[in-house]
Amino acid sequence: MNKIQNNKAWFFVIPVFILVAFNALVPLMTVVNYSVQETFGNNEFFWAGSTWFSDILKSDRFHDALGRSLVFTAIVLAIEIPLGLAIALCMPKKGPWVSVCLILMALPLLIPWNVVGSMWNIMALPDVGLLGRTVNALGIDYNYTRQPFSAWVTLILMDVWHWTSLVTLLCYAGLVSIPDAYYQAAKIDGAKSLAVFRFIQLPKLKHVLTIAVLLRFMDSFMIYTEVVVLTGGGPGNATTFLSIDLVKYALGQFDLGHAAAMSLIYFLIILFMSWLFYTLMMREETTP
Amino acid sequence: MAKITIDNLRHSYLSQPTRDEDYALKRVHLDWADGGAYALLGPSGCGKTTLLNLISGLLPPSEGKILFDGKDVTHDTPEKRNIAQVFQFPVIYDTMTVYDNLAFPLRNRGVDEAEIKTRVETIADMLELTSTLKKRASGLTADGKQKISLGRGLVRSDVNVIMFDEPLTVIDPHLKWQLRSKLKELQQRIKRTMIYVTHDQTEALTFADQVVVMNNGEVVQTGTPIELFDKPRHTFVGHFIGSPGMNFIPCEVKGGKAIVAGQAIAADNAKAAKSGKLELGIRPEFVAFAKTGLAAEVIKVADIGRVRVVETKLASGHSVKLIVPEGDGIPSGKVHLNFAPEHTHVYENSWLAGDMTRASS
Repeated sequence: MNKIQNNKAWFFVIPVFILVAFNALVPLMTVVNYSVQETFGNNEFFWAGSTWFSDILKSDRFHDALGRSLVFTAIVLAIEIPLGLAIALCMPKKGPWVSVCLILMALPLLIPWNVVGSMWNIMALPDVGLLGRTVNALGIDYNYTRQPFSAWVTLILMDVWHWTSLVTLLCYAGLVSIPDAYYQAAKIDGAKSLAVFRFIQLPKLKHVLTIAVLLRFMDSFMIYTEVVVLTGGGPGNATTFLSIDLVKYALGQFDLGHAAAMSLIYFLIILFMSWLFYTLMMREETTP
Repeated sequence: MAKITIDNLRHSYLSQPTRDEDYALKRVHLDWADGGAYALLGPSGCGKTTLLNLISGLLPPSEGKILFDGKDVTHDTPEKRNIAQVFQFPVIYDTMTVYDNLAFPLRNRGVDEAEIKTRVETIADMLELTSTLKKRASGLTADGKQKISLGRGLVRSDVNVIMFDEPLTVIDPHLKWQLRSKLKELQQRIKRTMIYVTHDQTEALTFADQVVVMNNGEVVQTGTPIELFDKPRHTFVGHFIGSPGMNFIPCEVKGGKAIVAGQAIAADNAKAAKSGKLELGIRPEFVAFAKTGLAAEVIKVADIGRVRVVETKLASGHSVKLIVPEGDGIPSGKVHLNFAPEHTHVYENSWLAGDMTRASS
């Protein structure tokens, strides 16, 4: 049989290529383009090489913002993952309460992010907010507009309230998909409920937990809207995370080159951390 | 190890069962001796898994009692009943090694490590798992995993009964017979009571000393594989066991002989038949071509390996199948059929006529 050269099939790839180009390649390359140039307006650009990158990596302002973002993400993950899992374990597996629980859990996820920020902003106000007044009435000095600690507590509470549901729903979906036979076998093997959790539920939830950790890491590391609405990055710079700092450069100072370089570093950090989480959590899969 | 008595057991998945149809299991009595190999055989939805789960204690019965060695265990947990069960799909603890999987039931019961080691090693040797003991259980093939499930039952020396719920469902065909003979061998070696649930007659008949055939939530017949084959007590057993199943032809009974299409045919229990819907039952293995006898016409011949299945049609339109060994000639067109009298039975309203041991139903 003769082999016929027919390259027409490549035409079928064009739509995908265009799609990928417009949603990933073009925007990303624009940022790369800005990150190596300097502009003084007037649409004039000068080659800047790696100046922006070395400036950023040496700057204290960047280190501080990165540190705040990492600490915030770590705290939020440390609370939301175990809490979400615990709630999922407590939810009923069948009966009329299942849908009630699911709807209640899904509610925070349906609220627009800036609304979440506004809600907590108003609720936590020390003079008129329900939460703020109550806490102050209990004799605790709480004012998130002035005290960095209060601001952090409020932010973390808000994020836990907003996103724990996601972890719960993912874990719940994982839990109900475990076949009954596993629980029956464990019963017959005389396993206590702690052993059932450790040897059946947790291993079977590994994949959904990996997804939950990845999603929650990315979202909390990139958190912007709620923080801007609630604290605006303050008091001072206490809650200025990487995303907020980036916007200050890009839109506040219109420092395109700097902001572009920072975006790329930001992107690479997220990419690296996601890879790290994924590799660590999936590592056991490959070892025999 | 224990003798198992099932007394008047009924179960319904509804909370308020009223009619007979509401019961997934309709009044079962069984007596199983210690150390026997039993099989529950029946089509999907006949209640065999329900019965198994009632015995293991995973389901509480609606009515009736279960006794192990005369002791009432009806309301005991599976752990207290001290049973083991192998499920349809292999259940293993993914994160543990094969060794830890086998040791798990013993560790939960507080057995000391030295004792665990000897027991696990003995069982692993029996199941040919020794070379994989240090491997993670999740890396094994389906049959290996199923062996682990079985092994977790075997390591406990005091298990009352080991139950199998269609354990070969996910096993590759070429490994099925291996695992099946392994099970049989183990049963004979360790002499524990084993109950095997299946819808596959080959599995049931090769494994069990006693087979319980179930249909529609009822026990239709209990007997050795030979009894089920030779003397099915109900037309259902005749159809369900054997390949192809038993032939049934409507008949009349006059003067102690069965009459089909005006021809008298000798049947062992024809005298016992009285009234109702009467049928003549004979296995295809015991029908032969003859010079004289029931007139029929050959319709179809199917070669199934060492034998051939010949389908014939009587003048009345009923089909009768024959099994003809390889090498024997098969006539075509009009033929005459001869039935071996000692294997020809008359059924009265679907039950074997004159059978005194019939279950009350």
